[in-house]
Amino acid sequence: MTTSAVSPTGPRLVPAAPAWPDATGHFGVFGGRFVPEALIAALDELTEAYEAMKVDPAFVEEFATLQRDYTGRPSPITEVRRFAEHCGGARVLLKREDLNHTGSHKINNVLGQALLTKRIGKSRVIAETGAGQHGVATATAAALMGLSCTVYMGEEDTRRQALNVARMRLLGAEVIPVTTGSRTLKDAINEAFRDWVTNVETTNYVFGTVAGPHPFPAMVRDFQRVIGDEARAQLLEREGRLPDAVLACVGGGSNAIGIFTAFVPDEDVRLIGLEAAGDGVDTGRHAATITGGTPGVLHGARSYLLQDENGQTIESHSISAGLDYPGVGPEHSYLHDIGRAEYRPVTDAEAMEAFALLCRTEGIIPAIESAHALAGVMRLGREVGPDALLLVNLSGRGDKDVETASRWFGLGDREEVDPGPGLDTDQQPTEGAVTNHEAVAGHDAGEQA
Amino acid sequence: MSALQQRIAAAHGEDRAALIAYLPVGYPDVDASIAAMVAAVEGGADIVEIGVPYSDPGMDGPVIQEAVDVAVRAGVGMRDVLRAVEAVAAAGAVPVVMSYWNPVERYGVDRFATDLAAAGGAGAITPDLIPDEAGAWIAASDAAALDRVFLVAPSSTDARLRSTVRACRGFVYAASTMGVTGTRATVSDAAERLVGRTREAIADTGVPLPVCVGLGVSNGDQAAEVAGFADGVIVGTAYVRPLLDGEGAEGVRRLSEDLARGVRQRAGAPA
Repeated sequence: MTTSAVSPTGPRLVPAAPAWPDATGHFGVFGGRFVPEALIAALDELTEAYEAMKVDPAFVEEFATLQRDYTGRPSPITEVRRFAEHCGGARVLLKREDLNHTGSHKINNVLGQALLTKRIGKSRVIAETGAGQHGVATATAAALMGLSCTVYMGEEDTRRQALNVARMRLLGAEVIPVTTGSRTLKDAINEAFRDWVTNVETTNYVFGTVAGPHPFPAMVRDFQRVIGDEARAQLLEREGRLPDAVLACVGGGSNAIGIFTAFVPDEDVRLIGLEAAGDGVDTGRHAATITGGTPGVLHGARSYLLQDENGQTIESHSISAGLDYPGVGPEHSYLHDIGRAEYRPVTDAEAMEAFALLCRTEGIIPAIESAHALAGVMRLGREVGPDALLLVNLSGRGDKDVETASRWFGLGDREEVDPGPGLDTDQQPTEGAVTNHEAVAGHDAGEQA
Repeated sequence: MSALQQRIAAAHGEDRAALIAYLPVGYPDVDASIAAMVAAVEGGADIVEIGVPYSDPGMDGPVIQEAVDVAVRAGVGMRDVLRAVEAVAAAGAVPVVMSYWNPVERYGVDRFATDLAAAGGAGAITPDLIPDEAGAWIAASDAAALDRVFLVAPSSTDARLRSTVRACRGFVYAASTMGVTGTRATVSDAAERLVGRTREAIADTGVPLPVCVGLGVSNGDQAAEVAGFADGVIVGTAYVRPLLDGEGAEGVRRLSEDLARGVRQRAGAPA
């Protein structure tokens, strides 16, 4: 695509508000609330409080101040010229969410939800996490605001992600290993819902991505849309035009929705979500929910999901902990079905190639999640040619992935690789040869978990 | 009158509450789970809640999770569930399916309703489907003349109680506590309050409907206590326990006998 996204009168300076979901949380046929009745009152309370809060000038001010002074917003735009030489000559701009406090976009959402928790008078937050990024962000916000915090994490992931477990505990959070089901992220979500239904009087569930029952998909989107709002204004200011395409990785989909939302009304801007294809969608070992899944109900909403013929959730596979989730946010399913966004699969190997390339051409170590978006822009750049202006959400930094990447690239066995202070805690060394699958780090609902 | 409501009314005619036993299909295997359901009926259960295994049972505690996990891994599906429905009907109890929504949606809502009715099932209990999202199921259950049981909870507002009971047919499932399935030492006070509020909501509709209480009942004494204020006593985790402990159908039968005595010794005034 080479046409300019600027209409004859120029693009709107302020992006339009999203036209969905409807009042009961539906994005077309997707979304809604598929939860036990016991949770409806809490979801209603949350919805009402959120609707009131988002138009309350005091909250808007407090949230904006936190984003500026605590998170470090606005995050910059970086043009990556040496990397772009591998993208068919297209110009590539990165939105640097990796530079946020705690290292990813996850903080945008948890600060909003933690403020909301205080507003509804609850003193405790719970969260699910896979690799630990959303858990760390939640523990961070809880520490900042004096809330007690419990994080559910699959037992398997607590072992593999000992560093993030330690970070959460340093921040004062309780980390509960989940031993039910597949002992991964989806079971951590189930366990967090069970905690919530039992302790709803005192507790708010800080959900990590744009999935789950209404109001989470809309609320998390609204807290994350700052990414695209900033990027759109930054591009208009520095380029005088909108990008031809916006790319982001999609697990649960919060960083993608965050950067897409401002551009949804700009019909000439292509929106492209990159899903984790693991070993390849045709192998069955993947996490490409829209590419390889079917519509159904999981974790409180209707959306695409990976399921078998009996409607049982299928475990996903990806080298990227934060994309390794068998569901996806309902708004992505809707954007897919109405043709407003495209979803493409990126394998582990393609993502790791892009990961290495960004490290060596730009001096930026991306999160493996974000590397899926980078692989997507390498392919898209070759398709659209040198005139294109492509915006990529670099949703997180790769510190957490140093060991996984070292194993993938065979940079030596564990003893020879010094991942740096703090990154080599008490994880058990793997005996013998390390394969890609053993390098799979964990899971999380959404990117950068 | 619906099959479920009829059976509960029959128990009422004997001045007792109905006993409703939950067991999941496929634990420890399909045949043994069906044998356990039949044993529950022989021990005195009036209604069997036949559980469809699901990979993500968000409303269930650890005991039921452990059992259904085995069934999920074994690939137990709706065909097995329908076989259990036929067996329970043949044993003389009223079969009602308990399913999280995704397995039903995946099977096909209309197909599920048609096949369930053909197998002799009375209807379905849907713990994660609220009436607001149940348009397809309400239409399909109407077409197949099936009962549909939705849940109410202590946190339900009066307005939600009214809208939920209007959508129910067969009975209303009152989830006695805020929490997941599992045995508890005492029956929560919240249960009796909820039953009272639910009955008021039913009175507003002008159409009588029984209220059955689930979550936390594990023995005859607790069953007697709940039978003092509810039309039916739903027992789940306690029925699964003997299977997990290797006591098999015999253990299920003994529990059923204890609970059946309980629902005949109503602790309070009959409703």
